[in-house]
Parts: sequence; structure tokens; C-alpha cells
Amino acid sequence: MAKRIEASNVSSYYGSFKAIDSVSMTVEPKTITALIGPSGCGKSTFLRSINRMHEVLPGARIEGSLTIDDQNIYDPDVDVTAVRRMIGMVFQRPNPFPTMSIYENAVAGLKLNGVKKKSVLDEAAEKSLRSANLWDEVKDRLDRPGAGLSGGQQQRLCIARTIAVQPQVVLMDEPCSALDPISTLAIEDLMFKLKDQFTIIIVTHNMQQAARVSDKTGFFSIEKTGDPGRLIEYDDTQKIFSNPSQKKTEDYITGRFG
Amino acid sequence: MSVLEKQVPGVVMTPDNIRSRKLPVVTNVVIAVAAFAIAAAIVLGLDIGNWVLVAVFGAAFYLIGLSVVAGRIEGKRAARNRTMKALIYTACVLAVLPLISVIWTLVTKGLARFDADFFGSSMNNIGARDANGGAYHAIIGTLEQVGLATLMAVPVGVLGAIYLVEYGRGKFAGTVRFFVDVMTGVPSIVAGLFVYTFWVLGVSPIFNDGRPQASGFAAAMALAVLMLPTVVRSTEEMLRLVPGPLREGSYALGVPQWKTILRVVLPTALPGIVTGIMLAVARAAGETAPVLLAAGGLAAINFNPFEGGQSSLALFVYQQAGDGSKFAPDRAWTAALTLVALVLILTVAAKLLARRNKLSR
Amino acid sequence: MGDYPSRSVNATAGDLAATSSRGQGAGYGASPSNHNEPPLGGGGALPKKSRFSIETGFRALSTASGAMVLVIIVAIAVFLIYKALPALQANTGHFLTQFEWNPNDATPSFGIAAIAFGTVLSSIIALLVAVPVALSIALFLSHYAPKRLATPLGFVIDLLAAVPSVVFGLWGRDVLQSPVRDFSLWLNEYFGWIPLFGGNGPFGQSILLGGLVLAIMVLPIITSLSREVFQQTPGMNEEAALALGATRWEMIRTAVLPYGKPGVIAAVMLGLGRALGETIALAMTLSIKFDISFNLIENGGNSVAANIANAFGEANETGRGALIASGLVLFTITLVVNMTARAIIYRRREFRDNAA
Repeated sequence: MAKRIEASNVSSYYGSFKAIDSVSMTVEPKTITALIGPSGCGKSTFLRSINRMHEVLPGARIEGSLTIDDQNIYDPDVDVTAVRRMIGMVFQRPNPFPTMSIYENAVAGLKLNGVKKKSVLDEAAEKSLRSANLWDEVKDRLDRPGAGLSGGQQQRLCIARTIAVQPQVVLMDEPCSALDPISTLAIEDLMFKLKDQFTIIIVTHNMQQAARVSDKTGFFSIEKTGDPGRLIEYDDTQKIFSNPSQKKTEDYITGRFG
Repeated sequence: MSVLEKQVPGVVMTPDNIRSRKLPVVTNVVIAVAAFAIAAAIVLGLDIGNWVLVAVFGAAFYLIGLSVVAGRIEGKRAARNRTMKALIYTACVLAVLPLISVIWTLVTKGLARFDADFFGSSMNNIGARDANGGAYHAIIGTLEQVGLATLMAVPVGVLGAIYLVEYGRGKFAGTVRFFVDVMTGVPSIVAGLFVYTFWVLGVSPIFNDGRPQASGFAAAMALAVLMLPTVVRSTEEMLRLVPGPLREGSYALGVPQWKTILRVVLPTALPGIVTGIMLAVARAAGETAPVLLAAGGLAAINFNPFEGGQSSLALFVYQQAGDGSKFAPDRAWTAALTLVALVLILTVAAKLLARRNKLSR
Repeated sequence: MGDYPSRSVNATAGDLAATSSRGQGAGYGASPSNHNEPPLGGGGALPKKSRFSIETGFRALSTASGAMVLVIIVAIAVFLIYKALPALQANTGHFLTQFEWNPNDATPSFGIAAIAFGTVLSSIIALLVAVPVALSIALFLSHYAPKRLATPLGFVIDLLAAVPSVVFGLWGRDVLQSPVRDFSLWLNEYFGWIPLFGGNGPFGQSILLGGLVLAIMVLPIITSLSREVFQQTPGMNEEAALALGATRWEMIRTAVLPYGKPGVIAAVMLGLGRALGETIALAMTLSIKFDISFNLIENGGNSVAANIANAFGEANETGRGALIASGLVLFTITLVVNMTARAIIYRRREFRDNAA
């Protein structure tokens, strides 16, 4: 189910501004890959270009190729909504739909896809909420607003909403940066569990988190403000954090930079 | 326990089915042409209407055709997306059409009497067979009434806004703020009736040997009632944009609050406040009903807003529109053009001023 | 700058009222660097807060100005009731159910039913036409149009709001009437079996024409308010919908419309308030009749406000009283509609501020 992602020479632009410069990396199925680096280094931009979410901003475009199982998602005849269904995304701040209940939030994606049968929706809601380790906490109040949950619960609800449409890949853009340590731990546990089924790519500012959860780590950096971000080093997490091959990576890991 | 035990059909996307066919632009154009051709054939062939009907039918056929064809090619969801987009664009065109028509008619019909006589004479002693006659008296009326209304509404409105922003706390201020908003919805005819009952019937007899008397001043009062909430709201908004540190800087120098408000806060917000006032003035200048009830209208020139009836440009348009003379429609349209020019100049100037305002968000 | 710090150390916003009447800073005993004013009080008591000062006067003046709004609204109600009562007492018919409007007769008999019906019917037509169009434009401006197009179009819509109603009335009567008449004839020919489009004519100066003109007039209000609420939709919710694979329209349906619903309802109600109270445009486009008819296309129609404008000039004292009574009804209805709309907006604003 989970798929291999291959980026080759991906450059991303906002208008005339070049945000990232020829990034190449291969992400294996059923792994967790962490993207780290200082602010503004383009790691979020790269993440968003994997499911074409960066196109939401006017003037955004991309060069190079991004393939999922050898299918280039930037081919002109590719349906962008299909790409986003295949590659789900969890955002920095928990963003459940404020007007919907917990249940409606969990099945929002399925409803968008025209699933109307109550039994299917009920089953999917329970499964995705269980997968997101949230079911036991909310099963008695599924009809309450999703916005009424705690921050960590909201984020898990967003994860449930994302995996309910059964994507191949789950992208996470600093999913824990707005959460307290206990909620963060819950999300990290969840990531280990989801790894069995999905390819996960996570952007994080927290290096301990990257070291804890990921199999591979990519380090992004920029020369100075206004320059495009580059992928400096991409390797096994173990290696990046113990014996990086690049001086820049080492400086960043040991806290001498950024 | 896996989410993926069973796939929900039609939902799961794999790299193999992410491709879709798109509706070619040519097809889109063909549908549009065909739709309007069929519409024209039906409407003109059966002789059941003119071009308006063709346009309406054509748009409807286009939208139906588009959703059917796109549904076949792109799938239901993409087709729905496309149809809604087409609907939304159509609505925009639909809304701009009347405005274009209004402006076109105003210019073409309004220029007929756009001459010196129109701006230099009144309707005094103008009979149904007289082609001349003008709106001089009405223009005087509009200027005097709106001027007086501004003199009444602006101080009260600005002070009211100062209360809401600087002093108002608690329940009473909340009530005032709520009713300022509610008052923006008071119909102009009600404001006219109010001033008629209160001033014309109630107070004016005292100055006029016991007989009620309509006057330009009464009309100005009604206009002021309509302007007041607009002035309060816009001023309040502008005052709130004045940065707090500016006030604190003044307080820190030991300047009392009233002086801070008058010397620091008001001047900073002034361009924005003037914009709001200009928009309120523009709205008031176009009001007809209050002038009809409170000033009564008069065909002759009357410079005195405090004694005797007065007309106004808006009322002039209304009265000429209802006049049987074959020369009346030209006069009505020229007056309308003058009125719109006055109002639009005020509005555009106000918007330009607002754009230059440094405080705007 | 030399002599400022010593004063600013002591003075805070809270002290202002206390010092206002004596001139600023005069009493702060220790002000060694201040050469202009001799230190008053010799390091002793601060100046007392005086009971009557410019500060209290200014505060009272602005409070009174704020209260003026409430005074005016109450005064409107009081004066209208006061002048309407004699006419209502002289009325031989039933004010609420009678169709006729003969208040100028020796035995006055009048009722508001027919004109109130016309007001409601024309407003309903206006909203039916204006709301979908206005919401479409609002969505276009907030979510479809590129900024280069959205700004001028928004400006045009604002200009539409600035055109006086008498001009729309004139336009409706002289320009829009003929296409509407053609349309009415067409409707009558093919759909005449529906009572709404029946009748034998003449057509044109109908409630349909009035309703359409009203629609154009309420359009800008509904558009600008809805646009505002649509723009306030949290970006992260829009992104969430898109990330689930929603098309643009599905994103709008999932994230934008549910979020903006209360605001849109309020906008529509404000539009309704404007439509109910519109006077001159209807007085110029309807051909005044006093009956209750669901026929939309035949000459006819009437409204409370238009009736006041039309009948006021020729009315005697009782006649004017009757018109004032009808104005009172109009005032009450628009007040209720506006208060409801504003209450919705206020509750929504509180909700949003608390959530943020």
C-alpha cells in the first residue's frame, strides 16, 4: 500500500523567488523520514510540493520531477485532487473544521468523495479514530464539536481525518510544534504505529524528535536569507546524528548554527 | 486492527489512477456557441422575446451543456467544480450589466438638458408645454440641506464615536454600539416621518404663528438622523486604528485625556474620519423620501432653509419623473446625472482618500 | 528632552483626570529638572481631583452624543405613536386586516394588509434574485478572482451601493420596464396557467419590476458583508479541505460556507431590512393598487413605504396619521429585522474572538 517517493532535481518557485534548489531524495515505503533545518530553509516548501499543496499560493510552480511509484505527479494530465487524496497532510496547527462534530471531521474526506452509506462511514470513522489512538477518548461524544477537544486530541483527530481516505503517504508539517510534551509523545507513538501502513514524511524543528521517530533524516539549509534552500545531507538518522558527513550538518546538530 | 483491511471503493487513489481527462477549451467554446445559437433559434424563431431572453436562455443552456459534457469527460466532482465556477462567473457578469445600463442611460439621456438654462433656472412658472426650466432651486436645496445635516450629524457622530472608543465601558456602551448598528437600517421614509411629526408638526408652529411649516432645515434634520450612525461607525473604526502607544505617549507627558483625544488621536485618524463623513454625505445627498416629507418641495428658488419649502435634486428627479409633460423625462435624467455625478465624485474621492490613509489596515 | 523624564515617571494614564484642571505636571513635587514651573505643593499633597473640569465636561459631552442614538430611536417610536393614535381611533375599519386605504374620507377606513403584503412580496422577490447573485460575487471576490480583478470589481460593487435609489427608480421605470414587460408577456403566454404569471395585462409596472430593481439595490450590501465573512475563513481549514483532495468548490462547501453561514444569514437580513424600507424606487416602478394578489407580472403592487411617499401630499390630517401609523409598523418590522441581524453578527464576533 505505501509507496516509494522519488524526487529528482526539484526546484520550487514563488513567482520569481526560488524557495528550494534542486532537491533529490528517495523515500522508501513504510519508513519515517524527518526533514530538519533552520527556519526558512525550504523544508516545508519541499514537503508541500510532494502533494502539490504549495500550488495553493498564487505564482507557485516547480521544476524537476516528483514520482510516486514511477508516476510523475506533476504530469499535466494528473488530477491534483487525486494526488492530494493519495498523499495526505497533517498541518502545524490542529485544524479540525470548526463547524463539524468529531464524527463529521473524521469522515469529512470520505463524504467529499461521495461516500454516503451510513454503515461505511460509521465503520471508517471508528477505524480511523482507533488508528489515531483517539477512539477511546471520544467514542461517547462523537457528535460534539471537534474544536472542543484539547490541542493534542485535535491533532490526532486531524490525523484520523487524513488516514480515513486511505492515503499512501502521510506528510506531517511540524505536527507537534503547537502541542505540550505529553500530547507530543502521543503523536510520536501514533507515528510508530502508522509506519506499518504508510510512508511518513515529517518536518520538525525538534531534533530530539527527529532522532526518536525517524529512519532517515534530511537536513536542509540556506546560505543566507533570500537564497534558495538546499538539501545538504540525507542519510540514515543514526548516521546523521552520530557521524554526519557534512560540516554544516554537524554544526546544526550540535547547536553551533541555527 | 488496520484501517486498510477493506478499501472503500472509489476513494482510494493509487499512482495508477491519478490521471484524468480534462475538458478541452475548444469543447468549452463549442458548447457556449451551440448554447447561444440554440437559444437564439428558439427565442427568435418562435418570436417570443428579444436579445435579453436569448442571453438568459443561452447562459442556461451553456451551464447545463457544460455540466453534462464535463461530467462525461472529467467525472462528477470535477464537473460540479466547473459548473459552480461557471455559475459564479455568470453571476458576476449579471451584476455588472445593470450598472453598465444605468451609467449608459444616465449619460445618453442625461446630456439632453445638460445646459446653462438647466443649471441657472428653477421650475417656477414652467408649464407642461415649456421645454425649458431647470434644477437651480433643487441644487441649492440639496447643498443647503446636506450642509446643514453635516453640521448636525458630524459633531454628534464624532463625539459619539469618541465616547465608544475612549470612554465607553460596560453595558451602556455595548447598548449604544448595538443600536448605532441597528440605526443604520432605519428606513429613510421613517426618518422623514419622524421629523415631520417632531419638527414640522411639533416645533415649527412655534416660529410660524401656530401653523406647521415644512422647511429645508427639517429635511436636513431627517438627513442628519440617517447620517449619524454612518458617521459614528466609520469614526469609531478609524479611532480604533490609532495605535495605543500614541495615546500612552501623550498620557506619559501628563497631557489630560480630552486634550490627548483632540490633539493626538483625532488628527491621526482625521483622513479616515473625513472619508467616512464623505460617504455619509454622499448617501444623504441621494435621499428622496425625507426631503419629500419634511421640506415638501417647491418649484421656486428659496435660499432660506429655515422658512418655506425647498426642493432637492433627488426630489426633483422624483417629481419630474411623475410629471406628465413630455419635457419632464429629459429634466429628470439630467438631474439624475447631476446627482449621480455629485455622489460618485464624493464617493470616489472618499475612497481615494481612504487608500492614502496610513492607518488603513 | 531634558526635562521630560521626571514628569513621565510619575504621570500615567490613570492619573490624568486628577491633573487635568490644574495644568499638567504641576503638582508632582519633585521635579528638579523642570525650570519653567516652580514645584507646587513642596513635595506634599498631590492636587485634588476637582469635580468640574474640562475633562469631566468633555466626557459628559461625548457620552451624551453616544446616548443621542438611543434618544433618537426612542423618540422616533414615541412621536410616531403619538401622531398615529388619533387616526387609528378614527379608523372605522380594522387596521391590520382591512385591504382598503381610504383614510381621507369623512368616515376613514383603512388597513395595512394590502400594502404590507406588497412590501413583503417585493422584498421576497428581491432576495430570491439578489441572494444567489450576491453570494456568487462574494465568493468570486474572496476565492476565485485574482487580486487584479477582485479590487476593481469590489470597487464597482461599492459604487453600485452609492447610486441613489431615486436613480434606480428612474432607470427601472424608463429602461428596465420594457424588457420586463416583454418577459412578462412571454411568461404570460407560456406559463399563464400558473396564477403567478396569469392575468390579462397590462404588464410591466408590476411587482416583478419593483422586485428586480430592489434586488439590484440590496445586492451590494449582501455582497460586501458576505465577502467579508468568506475572507475570514481560517486559511488552515481551507488547506485541510484541499489536502483531503477537495476541489475548489468542495473546499468552499466544506470549509468556507459552513464557517460563514451565520454571517451570511445576517447579511441577508440586513438586505431584507433595506428592501422592506425602500421607498422611492418602488414608488416609481409599481403602479399603486390596494389589493392582495399573487400575480407578479400584471401592473399593480404596492408597499408601505411607497404608499407613504405617494399618498402623503394629498392626505388630510387623518390621512397623514394613517400613513404615520403604517410607517410605525414599517419601523417596528425593520427594527426587529435589523436587531436580529446585528445580534447574529455580534454573537459570531464574540465566538470568533474567543476562539482566536
